[in-house]
Order: sequence, then C-alpha cells, then structure tokens
Amino acid sequence: MLPEIEGFFRTDKLPHMWCPGCGNGIVLHGLVKAIAELGLDKNKVTIVSGIGCSARAAAYLDFDTVHTTHGRALAFATGIKLARPELNVFVLMGDGDCSAIGGNHLIHAARRNIDLTALVFNNSIYGMTGGQASPMTPSGKRATTAPTGTLERSFDLCELARAAGATMVGRATAFHTRLLTGLLVKGHRNKGFSLVEVITQCPTAYGRRNKMGQPADMLRWQKEHAVDIKAARNMDSGQLQDKIIIGELHRSTAPELTTRYRQLIQELREGGGFLD
Amino acid sequence: MTEYTQPRLMQGNEACVEGALAAGLNFFAGYPITPSTEIAESLAGRLPKAGGVFMQMEDEIASISAVIGASLTGAKAMTATSGPGFSLMQEGLGYGVMAEVPCVLVNVQRLGPSTGIATAPAQGDVMQSRWGTHGDHPVIVITPSSVAEVYTLTVQAFNLAERYRTPVILLMDEVVAHMRESVVLPEPGQLQIVNRPRPETPPGVYNPAEHAGRPVRPMACFGDGYRVHVTGLAHDATGFATSRPEVVNVEMTRLNEKIPATAGEIIPPEKICCDDADIVLTAFGGTARAAMRAMRLARRDGLKVGLLRPVVLWPVPERAIAGLAAAGKRFLVVEMNFGQYGREIERVAAGRAAVYGLYRVSGELITPAEILGRIREVA
Ligand SMILES: Cc1ncc(C[n+]2csc(CCOP(=O)(O)OP(=O)(O)O)c2C)c(N)n1
Repeated sequence: MLPEIEGFFRTDKLPHMWCPGCGNGIVLHGLVKAIAELGLDKNKVTIVSGIGCSARAAAYLDFDTVHTTHGRALAFATGIKLARPELNVFVLMGDGDCSAIGGNHLIHAARRNIDLTALVFNNSIYGMTGGQASPMTPSGKRATTAPTGTLERSFDLCELARAAGATMVGRATAFHTRLLTGLLVKGHRNKGFSLVEVITQCPTAYGRRNKMGQPADMLRWQKEHAVDIKAARNMDSGQLQDKIIIGELHRSTAPELTTRYRQLIQELREGGGFLD
Repeated sequence: MTEYTQPRLMQGNEACVEGALAAGLNFFAGYPITPSTEIAESLAGRLPKAGGVFMQMEDEIASISAVIGASLTGAKAMTATSGPGFSLMQEGLGYGVMAEVPCVLVNVQRLGPSTGIATAPAQGDVMQSRWGTHGDHPVIVITPSSVAEVYTLTVQAFNLAERYRTPVILLMDEVVAHMRESVVLPEPGQLQIVNRPRPETPPGVYNPAEHAGRPVRPMACFGDGYRVHVTGLAHDATGFATSRPEVVNVEMTRLNEKIPATAGEIIPPEKICCDDADIVLTAFGGTARAAMRAMRLARRDGLKVGLLRPVVLWPVPERAIAGLAAAGKRFLVVEMNFGQYGREIERVAAGRAAVYGLYRVSGELITPAEILGRIREVA
C-alpha cells in the first residue's frame, strides 16, 4: 500500500473480503486520497455505511466507523451530523442500498441539504447477496432474479439526487480515479448534501453473467463509455446513448440543515423564552 | 421555566417530555402518529431552546436510525411512536440491542394490528416489545400507570438505557398518555441521573479487549478520538465482525445475560393488599387503575382481593409473581389484549396457582364493574 494512504487504514483488518478484480478497493483508495487531500483530522472523520459488499469498507478505515443496516446509512448519518456537526461525515452505500431500500432516505437527505458526502458504489447489481437485479441494473441486463434481462428501467441516481435538492452531484468510474478523488474533495467542501456516484465493476456477480469479460475488460468498458460532462454538452442524445456522463454534474446553493439548526438554537437563546 | 413544587395539570405525554428533558435528552427524532404525537410536538419547541435537536424524519425507520446515530456521538436520544411505527422500528431496535447503543423508545400503544384504531386504548404490544425484533435479545420494557409515574419512569428509562447500554422501551397506553392529572415534578437536583460507562483511559491507551469480561463495557463515542467501529454484525469484544462460533457464543451469551433476570425487580412491582388476599388482580398501565378501583369495591364487599402491578414488564418480575403463587394466591389478570401477559403469569406460577383472565380488545377501557363481575365469577 502507498505510504501516504496507509495511515488511514486499519491494516490489521486487511486483506479485505472483496473478490479478485472487484472495483471497491480502487474506490476506497480514491476516497482515502480525498480525505488526505482535505487534510482532515482523523479523529473528526466519521464513516457511515449501509449493508452490502461496498459497506464493508467501513471496517477497513481508521476513523470512527459505523456499519449500519441495509438502506439506512443516511438516516444514521443524519443523527450523527445533527448531534455533532463538527464531524466530517462520509456515507458509503451500494447502488441497491441507496436507490432501493434506502431511496426514501436519499431523497430526504438531499431535500434537507444536510452536510453529508454520500459515495455510492454503483456496480449495477446486488453483489453481497449474489447478483440480483438492483434499481440501477441497466435495462435488459441479466441478474439472478432477471435471468432473461431486467424489464425495468434503471434509475439515474445523479438526476434523482439533483431533483431532490442535493447541492453537489458528480459521477466518476473506477477507471477515472483522479476524477473520483476530485469530486469527493469538492463534495466535502460543499457545505450541504453532496452525492458522488462511482461506476465500479463487479466481475463475479454482474460481469460474468453479462459477458463483460475480465475485470480489466470491465475497466476498459468504463473508459470507453464515459463522456465528460463538458464534452457531453455538445453531443446529441443519439451520440450519448449507452454513454456514462462523468464529472461534476450539478452544483447549487441552498441553506444547510445543521447550520440552520445551530442558528435556530442561537436565536432562541438570545430571544429568550418565547417558545415555552 | 418549569415551575417545580407547584402542582401542575399535565398530560401523560407531556410528563414524558418533562421526564426526558430532566434525564438529559438532547436529541429526538420521530414521525407523527397518534396517540404519541404530543411528545414530538412539545419537543419540537422545547429541545432547540435547551440546545438540543428535534428532527421530524421521513418515517419511523429513519427516526430510530437517527436516534441511534445521535447516541453514537454521546447524545441522550429518544423517539416516540405507536403501533404501526413501532413495527417499523423493530429493525433499528435490533440494531441498537446488537451494537449496544443506549436510547429510549416510547411506544404509546393503540389498538392493532395494522392501523387498527388510532385513538383507542389497547395493550396489544406486550409481546411485540419483547420479541418484535428478530433473534434472541435482552430487552427492558417499563410501563407507567399515572402521569406522575410517566415522569419518573421516563427518567428511569434513560438511566437504565445508559447503565446497560441498550435501548429501553417505555410502553405506555393511550389512557395514560392522554389522561390529565395534577402532578408535582421533583426538582431536577433531586433526580439521580445515570450516564453510560465511558473509557477511563485516553485514546491510544484504551484497549476495549481488556474489558471483554465485563457484561457492560465502556462506550467510546464518535468524535472523541477513539476511532471505534460499530456494527450490527456479530462481533468480538473490540467491535469488529466475526463469525467464529466460539467468539459468537461468548458474545451472544454475554449480550443476552447482561441484563439480569432480576432486572424485573429494579423497579419493584407494586403490591397492594396482597398479604391476606385470595385473589390477586394483575394489571399494568391504564388497566391497573380500573383494577385498583375494582379491588376497593371488592374489599368493601368483603372479598379478599389484592393487586399486583408490574412496572417493569420485561424482564418479568418473577420473584414477586412466584412468591404470590407459592403463597397460594390465585391470579386474575386484566389486560386490554387477549392474554399476552397472562401467559407470562401462568408460566411463572407454573401450576402452583390458578390464573384467570379478563381480556378484551374492543377499543374501550375495561371497567371496574366488569372486573368486579369477573372477581365474583372466580371467587
Ligand atoms: C432489510 C434487509 N433486506 C435485505 C438484506 C440482504 N442484503 C444484504 S446486502 C443486499 C444488497 C447489496 O447490494 P448493494 O446495495 O448494491 O451493494 P453491493 O453488495 O453490491 O456492494 C441485500 C439485499 C439485508 N441485509 N437487510
């Protein structure tokens, strides 16, 4: 492991439990590099994760870490951040975790614009349970619960987060790690709810079933199908078909919840007991 | 400012708010549901004034999750709900038990299952509060019968949660929650407030493995520099997941035994006129009030009737029940369900005493006259 990131890992908990060729390690590397670049105090970083392969990342990281229940990571994180706003909270979720069982918590965290940085490991499948379809499995792709391909449309999670009120939204892939780190740095610096989706490969539960080749082939697929948002603006929908738009996709400003809450407490204290 | 020493007319749900604040509540998350809503509504105004946080979440699953998250940072956290919401909270409740996170969950029971009757009294969640979440687990459930007791038991609920590092359920019913009584609150200085055990040594020196033998271990909170890991997976004494049977066995046994069976006696059940009684009415919550009245009416008619009122429902206060059974008393259990606690009394009586029931689920209170009628039937 690179010495500049080793200090952020609980090295005694390694090796990790992920399959050979899994993209989760690459994504984790991208996250840790962002935390290093941000220069955050290790004792003031909190990692909150849901349930799934990706959520296991929490145990490997040397911060305060909580591995919660399936889909609820953002709700736990909301309690943590409101109770202790000085903590820098990163929320790690799988695509099923965040968009299916946790979808309601996602839209409300975004609506509240609470200062959390959410990182969604999108491997297009339920990895931990062995390859069932997720709401982010692309239409027509195979899964154990969609043996002939899914009939449903998949979510565009970034669009969903933007529409729900997230003030920073970005997408990267496991291939585009520098972009990933940059987006996480921006996400954390954004005072509000930030969502970074990262497309990552699951060779075992998704790639194999969909004839996507070796892990390296899946990474190549990411490279070849990704289009930067700036380039995408000059392309038509035909050209963008089957492409993944990456980069900083959305940025806006809105009042942040924990800040507003601290202000309220302040105002009530200064204003005396009018709210008895 | 709350006036102490002055009697105040107060509703059960209000007393719960006062008790929680006195116990040090600084985080509440909830979702509106009758008949618990007044608790949330009152705290929405009170908590920020006291420097704490009130959050209305998107549902009850989020509420209990946020409560647990807040408690991980050291906050004293609570949620309040009723039947349908309590069902949704079972997932988070189990997490709180497994990860040993102190918090208080108020369930103001209403008639169920499902939406049932929102405004009707019932006591149908006795077993759900014991076994609602999956897996073997310890639980503390306490139940008040008067507005004043709502206050003191809310304080106790926090104290027990902190002492044992576990969620504690304050199981109310609609009668007690919405009833108004005149109460005199104790001054906060008179209350004993318990705080969770914390590491006694600084980060770096502190080693959780050294406390492996303790039933309740110190809790290092987020942001304090200990860089702890918390999980709902089965885990070892350091908090990290394991599936090694020899470790899981030790940890699950400790978890299930850390709240001793005698905890049912921590707040002793109330025993009234039991010494010479032939029949011991057994009732809790709002029903105990009707039972008390029925006992008086029966005594006036020369019937030897006593009252046993469990305050801690779980763990079952077995010593008190067994003692009465051994003394040859017969039990008449009165509850607004179809015998959920009655079966516990039968279990503890273990054939030594007859156990009768007066059970009804109709959305109405069981009246003293009805109880008296049943006493005459079995006497
Ligand atoms: C309430 C609940 N339902 C179902 C599960 C089973 N389960 C565990 S992980 C998972 C899905 C994981 O997929 P994803 O969130 O995409 O994460 P990945 O494993 O691919 O990283 C499911 C359904 C669970 N643990 N809890």
